[in-house]
Amino acid sequence: MAKVTMTVNGKTRTAEAEGRTLLVEWLREGLRLTGTHVGCDTSQCGACVVHVDGEAVKACTALAQELDGAEVTTIEGMANADGSLGVVQQAFQDYHGLQCGFCTPGMVMSAAALLKENPKPTEAEVRHYLEGNICRCTGYHNIVKAVMAASGQDVAPVAAE
Amino acid sequence: MPKDTGIGASPKRREDVRFLTGKGRYTDDINVAGQAHVAFLRSDVAHGTINGIDTSAAEAMEGVVRVFTAKDFEGVGGIPCGWQITDRQGNPMQEPKHPVLAEGKVRHVGDPIAAVVAESAAIARDACEAIEVDISDLPAVIDMKKALADGAPKVHDDLTSNLCYDWGFVEENREAVDKAIAEAAHVTTLELVNNRLVANPMEPRVAVGDYAAHDDSSTLYTTSQNPHVIRLLMGAFVLGIPEHKLRVVAPDVGGGFGTKIFHYAEEAFCTFAAKACERPVKWTASRSEAFMSDAHGRDHVTKIELALDADNNFTAIRTETHANMGAYLSTFAPSVPTWLHGTLMAGNYKTPLIYVNVKAVFTNTVPVDAYRGAGRPEATFQLERVIDKAARELGVDPVDLRRQNFVTEFPYATPVAVEYDTGDYGATMDRLLEMIDRDGFEARRKESESRGKLRGLGLNCYIEACGIAPSSLVGQLGARAGLYESATVRVNATGGLVVMTGSHSHGQGHETSFAQVVADMIGIDENQVEIVHGDTANTPMGMGTYGSRSLAVGGSAMVRATEKIIAKAKKIAAHIMEAAEGDIELKDGQFTVAGTDKSMAWGDVTLAAYVPHNYPLEEIEPGLEETAFYDPNNFTYPAGAYACEVEVDPETGRVEVLSFAAADDFGNVVNPMIVEGQVHGGLAQGIGQALFENCAYDEEGQLLSASYMDYSMPRSSDLPMFQVDHSCQTPCTHNPLGVKGCGEAGAIGSPPAIVNGVIDALASAGHDVGHIDMPLTPAKVWAAMQG
Repeated sequence: MAKVTMTVNGKTRTAEAEGRTLLVEWLREGLRLTGTHVGCDTSQCGACVVHVDGEAVKACTALAQELDGAEVTTIEGMANADGSLGVVQQAFQDYHGLQCGFCTPGMVMSAAALLKENPKPTEAEVRHYLEGNICRCTGYHNIVKAVMAASGQDVAPVAAE
Repeated sequence: MPKDTGIGASPKRREDVRFLTGKGRYTDDINVAGQAHVAFLRSDVAHGTINGIDTSAAEAMEGVVRVFTAKDFEGVGGIPCGWQITDRQGNPMQEPKHPVLAEGKVRHVGDPIAAVVAESAAIARDACEAIEVDISDLPAVIDMKKALADGAPKVHDDLTSNLCYDWGFVEENREAVDKAIAEAAHVTTLELVNNRLVANPMEPRVAVGDYAAHDDSSTLYTTSQNPHVIRLLMGAFVLGIPEHKLRVVAPDVGGGFGTKIFHYAEEAFCTFAAKACERPVKWTASRSEAFMSDAHGRDHVTKIELALDADNNFTAIRTETHANMGAYLSTFAPSVPTWLHGTLMAGNYKTPLIYVNVKAVFTNTVPVDAYRGAGRPEATFQLERVIDKAARELGVDPVDLRRQNFVTEFPYATPVAVEYDTGDYGATMDRLLEMIDRDGFEARRKESESRGKLRGLGLNCYIEACGIAPSSLVGQLGARAGLYESATVRVNATGGLVVMTGSHSHGQGHETSFAQVVADMIGIDENQVEIVHGDTANTPMGMGTYGSRSLAVGGSAMVRATEKIIAKAKKIAAHIMEAAEGDIELKDGQFTVAGTDKSMAWGDVTLAAYVPHNYPLEEIEPGLEETAFYDPNNFTYPAGAYACEVEVDPETGRVEVLSFAAADDFGNVVNPMIVEGQVHGGLAQGIGQALFENCAYDEEGQLLSASYMDYSMPRSSDLPMFQVDHSCQTPCTHNPLGVKGCGEAGAIGSPPAIVNGVIDALASAGHDVGHIDMPLTPAKVWAAMQG
């Protein structure tokens, strides 16, 4: 066991970690930040995506001890300062981009990272970027719409219905 | 004009805020003070005799609390099955015991042999590896037909064979069906596989058991679609805990799709172990564990024959299906290939004679049970594929062949025991054709050909039986439960309402849509209505959510309870306003007296109910709280027409879905946004089945597709934007909301469209391919093109 300290959602946080403790375990069990989810054990599903030093990372692929000193943002840190939903979060609600909500934190974190890299992605670019995030509920239709809407684009032309 | 509030509006979902900010409370987010963690040692062979289990090394490890094996469960019941099928001879199905931990034998890869309770999940997993199990391998049966062969190894030594049941439906029709097929002008025959799937809700299953010594009560937090059903099954049949000493909580649940209906051994284990260890115990499945312990879906092998007369009217259908039960009978497994499949074999068509034979088979595989659609996708797939094949053989238009055989008059009693109350299959087909520009297809096909691709148009119809189910009917059919639903509406003194429902929301948005219904009935703001679900401690006994039943059955119970509330509130208002009860009207949250200017606000009446100073105490009790149980008198029958265009790369066999259109008739719609989302998700799962997903075993029973590395889930880049439409509405005639249910339609209706489309694409290049089994992987499609 070792004490690991990171800046999480803007605050300095410390919790213990074994050598084998994954970042996602450290967040969920060490800090009780349970918004980040675990949906698989092969780094395929993307439910655990967080931002580490500004980059989208599957938190099941990183060891907590190796990230001592890192800056981490989780879904709990994505709302506006006044507590209202951030742009991506609000678009997911507006366009019904979530159902059961389990993949949602990872989806939102991936979508936010995409929009940082590519502020006006096409439908195909959104779909390609989100390949590493599995959703079983929505068929991705409304997620794609939400991400494009969050980028400020008019989604009427991409909505087939 | 779209409505802003109430029934028919699409308000933003209230549950989204917690899910979008990380404040959801899923079972794995629950930690009970002092909890220990569980890991299961699972069989790595498909079939074997357990000669001995040495747990001593595991027990000696630091941090291990206790190790359990089957001997700790002597006197504890097996996991029960909720449905008994009667076979063609009138005998009950063969029903083996399903122990919590394997007794004497292991019967599938993943069968739990032992469980470790330890201070951490990691220690529990490590300790599992220290358990020594002496197993003698036995030959496994994986293929259903081989499992039924003489001399095949038996999954359960105490049964006469691996045949669970041989079911005929309707048995009395068999000879007439045989005769009609023998005399038909044309018979189209198709043999096909409905591939085994894994439901894969993104949240793996979790169970947390807690025992309170001070009042001898147990609590189970679990990832369930129906906490009351788990309480009843586990309490009464497995652990012997009376329901008043057992609380089951299913908080936010991350998707279900059927596989979280069933009562699982891990739930019973955690509840049992919490008491035995005198501390809370928690188990969280890994995804790999989910693949080998969540009930699987589908896995039918079918031969279907469709007989037509010289005018192309359907005259008879005969099917023979082998249905895989896996190693044990999961909660509703026997009902899926029978009553949820055989009763839908008429489809949208007026075929006068139908005979369905189903042989349910035990194999050394994970139990198989209901998965989104459950029986109805299997019925739809074979029927809509054989009709398409018949159209090709006869050289007629597949739309015309369907139209000519549509049921057009309602109610319609099918030859397979159900009565469709209402529908308009021509209307959904018309709507579909408007959506897809069929006339422009040939030009699009040429454009694809110019790029070296083969384009196909596939379409089909579907019907399903939802709103499950009339208790008296399912009781006659072997159900060991009633399938009503319940709601309690509690009005608080200041006018807000709490609706406690037996339905369970795990993605369907009930907290929003149910509030729309109740608020609309009273005429108050939706934010004054709170929906409570998922906890047996504060909801009336309900049967939960599956079979697209929540609004049709649970919503109906809620409507009935709210009607009682309104009736009582009107009595109170009549007394206070000194008017006749019959003159009281409720609109927009105001009680008025007809023909006068007297009125009272909703909140003033509710306050009077709890502060009964001026109140008709001699006539009615104070308070404003009502419960209703609603038992439907028929199923509901959503139906529709679906179409897709696909492009096949002849070089590789890869299939791309270019477009998918769904025209559904769900009856009345409460929240169009949510309904469309349900269809989108169903389509993705149906397209997944058709093109990507397959749960594969090797001949020895090793599960080859036990992770997302091997089981191909549909990804965002695999799917197109969908066109969905629910403007054709024939309201259900027998429930108060006129709703039919929408949760499963997409998964039921989409696989045949995809396969029909690929067959059409290949035909355009001269490949006369009768059928390709799902999933239509590039390898299979390419092989089919090579003849």
